[in-house]
Amino acid sequence: MSLQDIDRSIIANGGASGVKAEEYLQRAGVKLRHWLSRYGLLAAFLVFWQAASSSGWVNPAVFPPIDAILSAMWRGVFGGALLDDIAISLQRSGLAFVAAVVVAIPLGLFMGQVRPIEQALDPILQLFRQTSALALYPVFILLLGLGEASKVFVIFWATLFPLLLNTISGVKEVDSKLIEMARVYGASRSTVFRRVVLPGAIPSIFVGLRLSATTALLLLIASEMIGANKGVGFQVMNAQYNFQIPLMFAAIFILAGLGLIANYALVFAQRRLCRWSDVSI
Amino acid sequence: MGDVQTLRKGEIALRDLSKSFQIGGRSLRVLRNVNLDIRSGECLAIVGASGSGKTTLLRILAGLEAADAGKVLIDKEPVRGVGNERAVIFQEPRLLPWQTVLENVAFGLEVRGGHARHAKERARHYISLVGLAEFADAYPKQLSGGMAQRVGIARALTVQPEILLLDEPFGALDAMTKLTMQEELERIWRDENVTMVLVTHDLEEAVYLADRVLVLPKNKDSSPKIIEIDLARPRDRSEAGFVQYRKDLLREFGLH
Repeated sequence: MSLQDIDRSIIANGGASGVKAEEYLQRAGVKLRHWLSRYGLLAAFLVFWQAASSSGWVNPAVFPPIDAILSAMWRGVFGGALLDDIAISLQRSGLAFVAAVVVAIPLGLFMGQVRPIEQALDPILQLFRQTSALALYPVFILLLGLGEASKVFVIFWATLFPLLLNTISGVKEVDSKLIEMARVYGASRSTVFRRVVLPGAIPSIFVGLRLSATTALLLLIASEMIGANKGVGFQVMNAQYNFQIPLMFAAIFILAGLGLIANYALVFAQRRLCRWSDVSI
Repeated sequence: MGDVQTLRKGEIALRDLSKSFQIGGRSLRVLRNVNLDIRSGECLAIVGASGSGKTTLLRILAGLEAADAGKVLIDKEPVRGVGNERAVIFQEPRLLPWQTVLENVAFGLEVRGGHARHAKERARHYISLVGLAEFADAYPKQLSGGMAQRVGIARALTVQPEILLLDEPFGALDAMTKLTMQEELERIWRDENVTMVLVTHDLEEAVYLADRVLVLPKNKDSSPKIIEIDLARPRDRSEAGFVQYRKDLLREFGLH
């Protein structure tokens, strides 16, 4: 709404503009209250951190004030020092995540529908899933070397299972009564899959995607801390060694931000695809 | 008039139908040598105590279950499995939660190979017929139980079946909604000229809707009984004749 529009609406409403303004203020108040109830605690936490650090209640060498962290982040991102790290980290986790999606979703859709295969593969999947990916990282390094391949692979390995298992359970939990209904109308196997099983499994697949995205970032940091000379995870460790504590926190905040962005992007996609069901963040 | 006889559609004949289930290594006989002729365009209600096999009988008619022995003939042709001339309405509406009312109602016809646009057009007609024209774009979770069941009925009607099979269609609805739905179903049945087989545990519903009521005995050695309901339509639930039929049916179950 431009200024002219506002003027026009005031003119059109004549004397009622006072009432309008009051209503507008009231609505703003409701919005503010809503915002406060949702983000108030977070804002208070950041304010408390800032105050505690700058007034010396906590050691500012360990907990630098927020403004120092933000300026370190600004310099890192816009000075270009952290940009390379962010790029390489995104490349590693993105590659692994996409590979997991490409493998896990089709495989899960298939396994969820063919009982003998699911039963034959389940024990080995459970074993792999329960074996910590980090414990296997040295094995992957032996097999693939200390370069990119082992890092991408360990992230892929860890993201594969949440997605695969959620896809399988999504397919298995599709209401058999709906499948029977489709059969009554003469639906073929492929029609049942396309119109009943796949859409029915999508919410569960998204649970898997969100778990996998979180896992991808977790493993990314771990693998970058163990053997890397680039990456956001490497920067966290490196900054700590060099006692660049604001930079360390800046890298940590960037990681948190990446996680939040990934989650919101997936929630957004899920909302678009599943308008029929409620999606919580 | 002899030619009209041969054109009749939706005629069902059951010949020596038997069915047993294996439960814990024991064979449980559910249906034994059932013989039945259902006339074209009639409404036949099937009542019986739980375990009498009424739902099994309907599922065999629908093609969702295979009989151990015997035959199902539709318009004199033996049938196996599901078929385009039949549609089923279940106790639950069984709507796809990710599709709108319109998409759900068009689903059956689309799956049967109908052109998507044509299916939607015909779906709109039947959505209006069940009184949900304003809810065509709503999702199933926004509907009440009665409305959802109407959508299920509209979906079945959209494929314009010769035979409508109903498995306790109003069993999950509240008493008031149930009465309204029964009246609507009767109107639809008369307008659409469809053969209806209705499984129900509600004897009043059977007397209200059916031309004939098949009483399945729990004891598989005694044979099923058929009661003809000779009352003018639409029927009056409080009328003496209606009440008498209800009493007669109750007596079949040893109740008063």
